[in-house]
Amino acid sequence: MIDTPSVDWFALSPSLVALGAAALCLLIAVLTPRWLLRPLAAFTCALGFVGGLVTAALVYWKSLDAHLIVADAVSRDRFAALAQLIVMGAGLLTVGVSYSARMRQDHIGEYYALLATAGAGMAFLVQASNLMTLFLGLEWFSVCLYILCAIEIDLVGSLEAGLKYLIIGGMGSAVLLFGSALVYGSTGELGFSAIADATRAHDLAGDPILLVGLAMLIAGLAFKASVAPFHMWTPDVYEGAPTPVTGFMAAATKAVALVLALRVLTVAFPEKEDVWTIAVAVLACISLAWGNIAALVQSRVKRLLAYSSISHAGFMLIAIAAATELGGRALLYYLIPYSAISIGAFAVVAARERELGETVTLDNLAGFGWERPLLGVAMFTFMLGFAGFPLTGGFVGKFYVFAAASDAGWNWLVVVGVVATLVSLYYYLAVIRAMYMRPAAELGFAPIGGSPPREIMLSAAVFSAMVVNVGSFFAVQPLIDLAKNAAKALPL
Amino acid sequence: MTGWLATILIFLPLAGALFVWLLPVGRLAGSLALLVALIEVGFWINALTRMDFDRAGPAPSFEQQTTWFSDLHVSYHVGFYAFSFWLAGLAVVVMAAAIAYGFWVGRERPRAYFGLMLFLTAAVVGVFAAQDLLLFYVFFEAMMIPLYVLIGVWGGPGRMGATVKFVIYTMAGSLLMLVAVIVFGLSRNSFDLVTTEPSNSTWLFLGFAIAFAVKAPLFPLHGWLPDAYRESSPEVAAVLSGVISKAAIFGFIRICFGKFPGPFDDFRVVILALAVTGLVYGSLLAFRAPDVRGVIAYSSLAQMGLITIGVFAQNSAGLSGAVLQAVNHGLISATLFLLAGTIERRTSTGSLDRLGGMARGRPALATMLMATGIITLAVPGSSAFAGEFLILAGIFSTGWGWAVAGATGIVLAAMYALRLISAVLHQEPGPAVPEAALDLRPAELGILVPLVGCLLALSAWPAAITGNTLARNDQTPALERISFP
Repeated sequence: MIDTPSVDWFALSPSLVALGAAALCLLIAVLTPRWLLRPLAAFTCALGFVGGLVTAALVYWKSLDAHLIVADAVSRDRFAALAQLIVMGAGLLTVGVSYSARMRQDHIGEYYALLATAGAGMAFLVQASNLMTLFLGLEWFSVCLYILCAIEIDLVGSLEAGLKYLIIGGMGSAVLLFGSALVYGSTGELGFSAIADATRAHDLAGDPILLVGLAMLIAGLAFKASVAPFHMWTPDVYEGAPTPVTGFMAAATKAVALVLALRVLTVAFPEKEDVWTIAVAVLACISLAWGNIAALVQSRVKRLLAYSSISHAGFMLIAIAAATELGGRALLYYLIPYSAISIGAFAVVAARERELGETVTLDNLAGFGWERPLLGVAMFTFMLGFAGFPLTGGFVGKFYVFAAASDAGWNWLVVVGVVATLVSLYYYLAVIRAMYMRPAAELGFAPIGGSPPREIMLSAAVFSAMVVNVGSFFAVQPLIDLAKNAAKALPL
Repeated sequence: MTGWLATILIFLPLAGALFVWLLPVGRLAGSLALLVALIEVGFWINALTRMDFDRAGPAPSFEQQTTWFSDLHVSYHVGFYAFSFWLAGLAVVVMAAAIAYGFWVGRERPRAYFGLMLFLTAAVVGVFAAQDLLLFYVFFEAMMIPLYVLIGVWGGPGRMGATVKFVIYTMAGSLLMLVAVIVFGLSRNSFDLVTTEPSNSTWLFLGFAIAFAVKAPLFPLHGWLPDAYRESSPEVAAVLSGVISKAAIFGFIRICFGKFPGPFDDFRVVILALAVTGLVYGSLLAFRAPDVRGVIAYSSLAQMGLITIGVFAQNSAGLSGAVLQAVNHGLISATLFLLAGTIERRTSTGSLDRLGGMARGRPALATMLMATGIITLAVPGSSAFAGEFLILAGIFSTGWGWAVAGATGIVLAAMYALRLISAVLHQEPGPAVPEAALDLRPAELGILVPLVGCLLALSAWPAAITGNTLARNDQTPALERISFP
């Protein structure tokens, strides 16, 4: 008889609810008539994410003191719960964006099942508190995303994206796994806090094996968060994957990878803080430089947004580099508007894509803002949010990140961030310019027959993203309180 | 209600903007926006009657404070000091005139256009009312959003280049300011402008000063100015040069002077030198500019130099002269840009060598342009004379050389103003001036006459502003009212 640890089902409920929805989606794929398949599968998936939101909120509410559960493999704290809220919210918006996508009939049930499973995996990952659960959660959602990227098997671009993501993502996972092995080899521990204790107890802070392991762990997570110079897959995969999936990856994958990076670094490696803060700061600078400069020359909007997401990874790494309680707060706050903006922006691109039936470029966005006022205005606020203009949550997020860096004595990092912001204005405003300032007539495009498709679900998702984006500017206090209580769970 | 006036002045136009954007008002948008702008002027006049210009102590009038987010001590804190109150008055009057002009001309996509104009009004008034550093930054940046769209969508053929240049220049300045805001606020553990202690940091001072120098603009950071003023529609150019540039003057006084007295003194000579250079250089360029808007644009550069000289004179004469001249210049350049718009509508050009002889048969146009031009060149008795005299008197007491250079600029102002008047109104009728071109219509007069009327009223009684800028009673040391705590 093997001893089984007691399981705190309540703490795992966000993952389990989403997983249950995924199972239902698979059943629906088989059992329902074709005409009912799309609405029912989407509804079930959305229900799973709503359930995830509710349970994550309950876990947040009921987890005043952080502690480890299930044989110290999983942590139950507000930090994870807030990240789960972000993931589930992102998933819910993605369902809305995906709803009217043209999709092969025989894939619909599986698509939503995979989406819900990926959400469950992410929710599990942010709770991970040892190297095994970390790897398990990471692979769990990554495998789902590999398939989701390639789900449009009729499109060469989608297949290529899936394959690229699989190979490079597999490489990233391998690096992460090797790093975990080295850390285990050095300390003999798997649990994050146990690693820190062992490092302290055996005076391992100078151990080169531990150092290499730490570096490989950072690199592995940087692959997932598409941090330069580990970003090579990002532009191609973001461009080739179905647009709703791209939005979900940009928002949720990045969010969980960064949240987990903060947890691993602060819980497991407090003794090496002097090393990893510098490493993270350097990665932040490279991401900011590379992402912004490469985005300047893009003409295809999805690619542009892919590079923009690399640069935003850089901004969030600044918060991690601060390694203070304020930094944790800044990261968690930043993720809220950022996730909404990412999904919203890709949703608008998806809408234009469906309208034109071709890749969206800056040129064929011309006049879009006037033709579809809601989507246009929403995209306007998203671009302002990315660029960090006031009246959007993006501004407050950047302010907090810079404040955290300045507070931790990284003033030069603030200057780098500010210069990056200035460069980024050029391409974010280029999108606005394309939408509003160049009427289609001026460019001599043939008018497209008929009125654009009515996509109520997509419009609702975009509208919600806009509300989050603008609302998080005005309602800073409650969101910051959430983030503050969540960041308390970490030993900062 | 008195306590709410600052908040009302900020949020009334914002509410108006949302109303115009969200409700299907269609072609009514222009008249609604004009109505809101006039109500806004009414509220400002109401506030004027309730304003306590003798208020002692650091607290501003119509003060209101609510926490925005508490962990970094940022709050929504607004209120008016006497000098910022006059600038806000300038803003609401010029914005109302600009909206009226846009309404009369009939801009395309009226709901978007007038909503943005109202949004801009709210942001500008917010800049002058903000008493929290981050709130100030928010309003300062928020001005950029409508301006970018207003120039980019409704501007002339070269609008793309103009907007990019405008945005990159001003954002480079204001992002530097963001760094300064953060470092200052964290070091003081509060972003409040009223209660924080002044700082002696040169770097922070420079972060703010460069942002304001771009916004004003001061020589040599004026690269964005000619394109932006030429490519935007006349009423937006009027707002840009008349109102937006005054945000920089507000910043120089409220933040550079009020919070960084030490560096302000150290960098006085540098900034005075730049201001004087800008004054002379701008005047010369205005004299050589080939078109009406060019003359006004470069004269704005010159005038902003002069106003900056007044601020950096570091005495009450210079400061109150600067505030008076800021209001004067705002009204003058707004009037001139709107007049340039009316001229361009009649001749479809602004090029001076194709204009001329417009005075014949067009008495109203001639009178308006003459009156504004004469005030521009600061004839004795005009409000501009009072402002410039005070500025020169103020700077004379700190260094007579600056006053000499400043006075040269005023001579040059006479040259370009008279050249503008003669090239447009007198001489032989230019090839672009059709015989049938009408005089100013009653509606245009209805927009321009109030602006010129304000100028004439200030000419008659400049002490309305200068006497109420710093302190009316001699017991209060003038400069301490804004440079506390």
